[in-house]
Amino acid sequence: MNLFLLLLLLILIFNAISVVLTKNLLATCLIFMAQSTVMVLVWILLESPDLAITEAAVGAGVSSLLMFITLKKIHVIDEETRKGGESRNE
Amino acid sequence: MLQKLADNYVAAAAVILFGIGFTTLLLNKNLIKKIIGFSFMDSAMFLFLAAQGYIEGGKAPILDPDDLTARTTFINPVPAGLVLTGIVVSVSVTALMLALTIRLYRRYHSLDIDEICRLAGKEES
Amino acid sequence: MNNCFRGLRAFFSESESPLDADQIRSLAGSVQEAGPSSAEMLTMHEDNIRGSERNLDNRFESSKKRMTAVYRILSVLAAAAIILVLLYTTAGLPSFGDAENPTQNEVQQRYLEKGLEEGGATNLVANMILDYRAFDTLGESNVLFMAVCTVILLLRVSREDTDRRLREENDDRHFEPKDDLILQMGARVLVPVILLFGIYVILNGHLGPGGGFSGGAIMGAGLILYLSAFGFARTERFFTFRTFKTVSFTALAFYALSKAYSFFTGANHLPSVITTGTPGAILSAGLILPLNIAVGLVVCCTMYAFYTLFRKGDM
Repeated sequence: MNLFLLLLLLILIFNAISVVLTKNLLATCLIFMAQSTVMVLVWILLESPDLAITEAAVGAGVSSLLMFITLKKIHVIDEETRKGGESRNE
Repeated sequence: MLQKLADNYVAAAAVILFGIGFTTLLLNKNLIKKIIGFSFMDSAMFLFLAAQGYIEGGKAPILDPDDLTARTTFINPVPAGLVLTGIVVSVSVTALMLALTIRLYRRYHSLDIDEICRLAGKEES
Repeated sequence: MNNCFRGLRAFFSESESPLDADQIRSLAGSVQEAGPSSAEMLTMHEDNIRGSERNLDNRFESSKKRMTAVYRILSVLAAAAIILVLLYTTAGLPSFGDAENPTQNEVQQRYLEKGLEEGGATNLVANMILDYRAFDTLGESNVLFMAVCTVILLLRVSREDTDRRLREENDDRHFEPKDDLILQMGARVLVPVILLFGIYVILNGHLGPGGGFSGGAIMGAGLILYLSAFGFARTERFFTFRTFKTVSFTALAFYALSKAYSFFTGANHLPSVITTGTPGAILSAGLILPLNIAVGLVVCCTMYAFYTLFRKGDM
């Protein structure tokens, strides 16, 4: 029973619960990026370095970047409001 | 039963993550949150698959080129290959869903899925 | 006079088709000329109808709120039921990390023991996905390619499009400060290092962890950093839409044709001209190195294409 692995899994579950309850869209995308980063550590603990490198480059890199670009395109992150992405439709 | 669950703690955490991702799909009306819920369900499934291939005391399946005859126990490489394919397919599907969201927003100016269905239904009639 | 009678009849009847507020207002207007008392009666009727409309609205809103609350509680209960059923099934699974699991079967034994002499790569996972199961990887590269084609269909705004507003809305570069100095100085140092590291990861995919997918994603990220720092004009000097089409198609076709050659020689028991080489050298492992390069190129172009289609709508 690896205690570090157990702690990382609890962090993952906590991330998932906070995505349901947050109203701010920018915070949700940051939580998504953090979840990818924690998954990298989990893959290393499960002794698969291929999966760790791929998840780091693809999940915490390109996929999160696409989320932020989408938020910009749908005008959630705005120069004038500076509220940082209040979700208008909850 | 709790003892068996504590033995399989990685698979149990993966299943709980899957359920919470599914709840995000049901409870939130915002399109971006639904996409993030899908992605959480994908991650949970990869965790479950890779947990089936782990062997206690096993190492990563990469041979040392200087010492080819030494055979240590390796983990099962088959689920690792499947998860590698899955991660790439997951990012493709997420990118496609985000492109659809941008087009829907440009057309209906809303991210609420009930609103979009209502406006689309009104357009048809 | 006829209008006055029509209004009074609607008031006293059960009103299958009740007069709405506008009609009553016009009737009230016309009756006001007739006499003051009937006008008061008609305005009272108008107030009643407005009040009943507001009542109906309130009742509709509260019932909708109740439906939403009931829906939320039911969906949480349904999700909890799903989690409990799955947890019950997980408790029946064989133990985590046990070496005697049924998933550890003879397929895994064959891949681990004969992998080196049949494939030639020391990274046994790469050996498996690019030699024993190369068809699955071809399918995966196809999924990436199809996703990019669909995103092009959805988001591309062509140059000849006369809708200038749509084109300007897509090119959001003029919202950002031009020539950000810190970003450019950082990118000048970082982009060559990132591209070099990506090429290293691709070329050493059969000797260590990494391979085509991760190396391609790293190279794509390097190109995205270059684009963010220096703008579209400078990047189009070496990476246009035509480059993207040529590179993607050539890489996928090369993958399919070389694996077709392997299928052909394997199915007809012919000797193949491609040898496995000495394990540990970089020019070894048969076809795995060229296939890694092909997959890496496809993934690099795909990641860059996603970014620039989302940002600008064109390449």
